[in-house]
Amino acid sequence: METGTSRVKRGMAEMQKGGVIMDVMNAEQAKIAEAAGATAVMALERVPSDIRAAGGVARMADPTVTEQVLQAVSIPVMAKARIGHFVEAKVLESMGVDYIDESEVLTPADEVFHIDKTGFTVPFVCGAKDLGEALRRIGEGASMLRTKGEPGTGNIVEAVRHLRLINGQIRKIQNLSKDELYHEAKTLGVAYDLLLAVHESGKLPVVNFAAGGVATPSDAALMMHLGADGVFVGSGIFKSDSPEKFARAIVEATTHYEDYKLIAEVSKNLGTPMKGIEISKLVGSDRMQDRSL
Amino acid sequence: MKIGVLALQGAVAEHMKSITLAGGEPVAIKRTEQLQELHGLIIPGGESTVIGRLMRKYEFIDALRDFSAQGKPMFGTCAGMIVLAERIEGQDDAHLRLMDMTVARNAFGRQRESFETDLDVKGVDEAVRAVFIRAPLVTEVGSEVDVLSTYKDEIVMARQGHLLACSYHPELTHDYRMHSYFLDMAREAQV
Repeated sequence: METGTSRVKRGMAEMQKGGVIMDVMNAEQAKIAEAAGATAVMALERVPSDIRAAGGVARMADPTVTEQVLQAVSIPVMAKARIGHFVEAKVLESMGVDYIDESEVLTPADEVFHIDKTGFTVPFVCGAKDLGEALRRIGEGASMLRTKGEPGTGNIVEAVRHLRLINGQIRKIQNLSKDELYHEAKTLGVAYDLLLAVHESGKLPVVNFAAGGVATPSDAALMMHLGADGVFVGSGIFKSDSPEKFARAIVEATTHYEDYKLIAEVSKNLGTPMKGIEISKLVGSDRMQDRSL
Repeated sequence: MKIGVLALQGAVAEHMKSITLAGGEPVAIKRTEQLQELHGLIIPGGESTVIGRLMRKYEFIDALRDFSAQGKPMFGTCAGMIVLAERIEGQDDAHLRLMDMTVARNAFGRQRESFETDLDVKGVDEAVRAVFIRAPLVTEVGSEVDVLSTYKDEIVMARQGHLLACSYHPELTHDYRMHSYFLDMAREAQV
């Protein structure tokens, strides 16, 4: 009997596919998310749009919040640790969190090194905006990926950019010859064997969700069309007028992403979605996606 | 043999790949109208709360009870096993209520307790590599249910006539013997 194997950790992400993972800030929201059909919840002290508004250093949530969410629902519970902060990650693992997000939404604790995720029994999800980042994170032991998008903006444009870029890069890798692959591994800064696996399979070796800016059922369906395995919805749900209805609508649009009549139906009278931010208004350190490479 | 994989949420692609390797023809099922053409159906792993909710919403409960009443085989893995069960521990309601058994959700604990192991299965020659992820267990079975596999004396695989269920994920390994086993059940149901 073996725990924490690559198959067990990556397999857990496979079970999330076609699903919606929702940010929640307390037990009550977690229950609403579960009842609405979330495949997992992400326990947080503040959603990304509030982190953005508050400024300062954003850290792992108070364990009380995480514990309350762990006790409130039967679906998996994820939680965020700062990039490179392996102690926060160990603390989350000790509490029984089912998946750790080493996340650029929190203020990075290490500007050079990510956490060595191979040393954990609990699996990790990490953000990526291109194939190089994606394969570097897998090389460090990530069992699941998500696009970075631009968290807390309610603007899908960056998640679209990241999915399209990764898809395009995978198509390019598929067409390279072996000698070109060695060079490309060097250019991308990734392990050759991981790049070879992408070359041969034409896909990433782990599940890849969309995240960072999903605000409507149509946004979620767009992500699925662009090849995402599922979606994370952060601020979108509990910053909307009617979270429960909104959550259900996003779940259904994700399952039936090719059924436009159905998406029209579930999108009716949802109330105002989160206000959102135009991306060009974000500069420098406000761009969370640029926080790691 | 056309084998459907219920594609509301979960590990659909892996089951479809395994069915292909075992010589069947897989179909992703999102609507009840698609059930007509099938010789069998797999309910995959995923989150049983989500799959159950979407099954209700899209009228799969009656459609699949009818599917089963026609003697068409069904195979539930992990969450799919929970969906097939008559009773779920700690809950008043259940989903399809087709197999006479009680299941306990997340019976091994949280994700950090998830594991893989070699498992003997009745009627299969050599052990299969079984991946358990936040897996359920069968805690009680009726007289019509045949126990096919146990792990530490707990039931992890069972069959009731044309219905098959396991706690683990045969679709996460390259070993497609359990899918071959299910294809045989679908062939038997034809004659």
